[in-house]
Amino acid sequence: MLNTSSARVHGELLGELPQDLYIPPDALEVYLEAFEGPLDLLLYLIRKHNLDILDIPMADLTRQYMDYVDKMRSRNLELASDYLLMSAMLIEIKSRMLLPKPEEIEQEEDPRAELVRRLLEYETMKLAGQKIDELPQVGRDLLVAQAYYEHIPQQQLPGVSMDDLFAAWQEVLKRASHFVHHKVSREELSVREHMSMILRKLNAEPLMEFIALFDFRDGLPKLVVCFLAILELAREGLVRLTQQEAFSPIYVQAGEVM
Amino acid sequence: MSSEIQHFKNVLEAALLTSYEPLSLDDLLRLFEERMERATLRMLLDELKTDWSSRTLELTQVASGWRFQARAEYAPFLARLNPERQQRYSRAVLETLAIIAYRQPVTRGDIEEIRGVSVNPNTIKTLQERGWIDIVGHREVPGRPSLFATTKTFLDDLNLRSLAELPPLERFPQHEIPLDL
Repeated sequence: MLNTSSARVHGELLGELPQDLYIPPDALEVYLEAFEGPLDLLLYLIRKHNLDILDIPMADLTRQYMDYVDKMRSRNLELASDYLLMSAMLIEIKSRMLLPKPEEIEQEEDPRAELVRRLLEYETMKLAGQKIDELPQVGRDLLVAQAYYEHIPQQQLPGVSMDDLFAAWQEVLKRASHFVHHKVSREELSVREHMSMILRKLNAEPLMEFIALFDFRDGLPKLVVCFLAILELAREGLVRLTQQEAFSPIYVQAGEVM
Repeated sequence: MSSEIQHFKNVLEAALLTSYEPLSLDDLLRLFEERMERATLRMLLDELKTDWSSRTLELTQVASGWRFQARAEYAPFLARLNPERQQRYSRAVLETLAIIAYRQPVTRGDIEEIRGVSVNPNTIKTLQERGWIDIVGHREVPGRPSLFATTKTFLDDLNLRSLAELPPLERFPQHEIPLDL
């Protein structure tokens, strides 16, 4: 069904772009520009031609890849190795598919599932990148206004009187009470955004008291998101939560030594 | 409208028009030596925004605060003054940016795992120099790889207030990739 030496997949003649997973060494530079790597190339083949990965003649493919890696060694070994890794993965999948499965080994995961998962995640991020590029961008689609003014540095006033301090304290109290009653609802919440914010704080101060990570001027929803972010960071092993004994302060520490 | 309110709005307008960086509520409170309620300030900003609603500039709120910017319809004309600004990032840069934005905090290894190719150091450098990503920590595994996240500048430059405003991810159903591949 697949003519191994020509540009046919399932009898269908392919277009001018890659006619197979092989990359002719002469055309290398062109392909490097067209594709972002083996996953991108594989995705293209699957999307455009409904390529049946299992039908790829692995022996020929491997021979060509080795030849290609050999030629690339001096120029771009890293990229050649990325393609080599992909062909190794395809060969592994094919061999596992071909092996007879003993009945006792129950429910082995389909060897293709991991590849499919990676292809889908890559495609999602590829499209997300395109969408980010379509957003209006400062400097490209948006121009920020800036009127000129003659800047006169403000004179630094020395000293603070008791009255100033008292007034400032009153202001703090007034503002603190204001935060209690005034609900700010316009801010959108994002757990991952808070995860980054917390890591930034821990970057400056590697060991912080749990309580110190919350800003109590924030409304309840934001405090909850902050809490979820700490839990998520702990789950991903990016922070470590410690407590000496019950009811003693909880500490959050950057990283977890594995 | 009392003349005092108009005066406050004029002060805000002058400050916002002369600043290139977005001004936060805290920045703006400093204009009045903090003798103003935050709620009052928000109200004044909303009024100012309405005042400018039919002008060529618009008052916009982004992640770091408030700023005046030219309405999008004028961008094609203004761009002619600075044609060299019309740069676009490569797919490698955009895909890396997307992974950092949607999956943050991530390491180089995480990015390589998703893209299937090694990360070119220039890609990371491009995004760092643009001020769109920075290192927020390290994963405590051998080599202590850096964890990357997007910055407020990234949100500002894309006219966003938070990551939640990024376009939603398009998820492809599993069956779209034929499993009998």
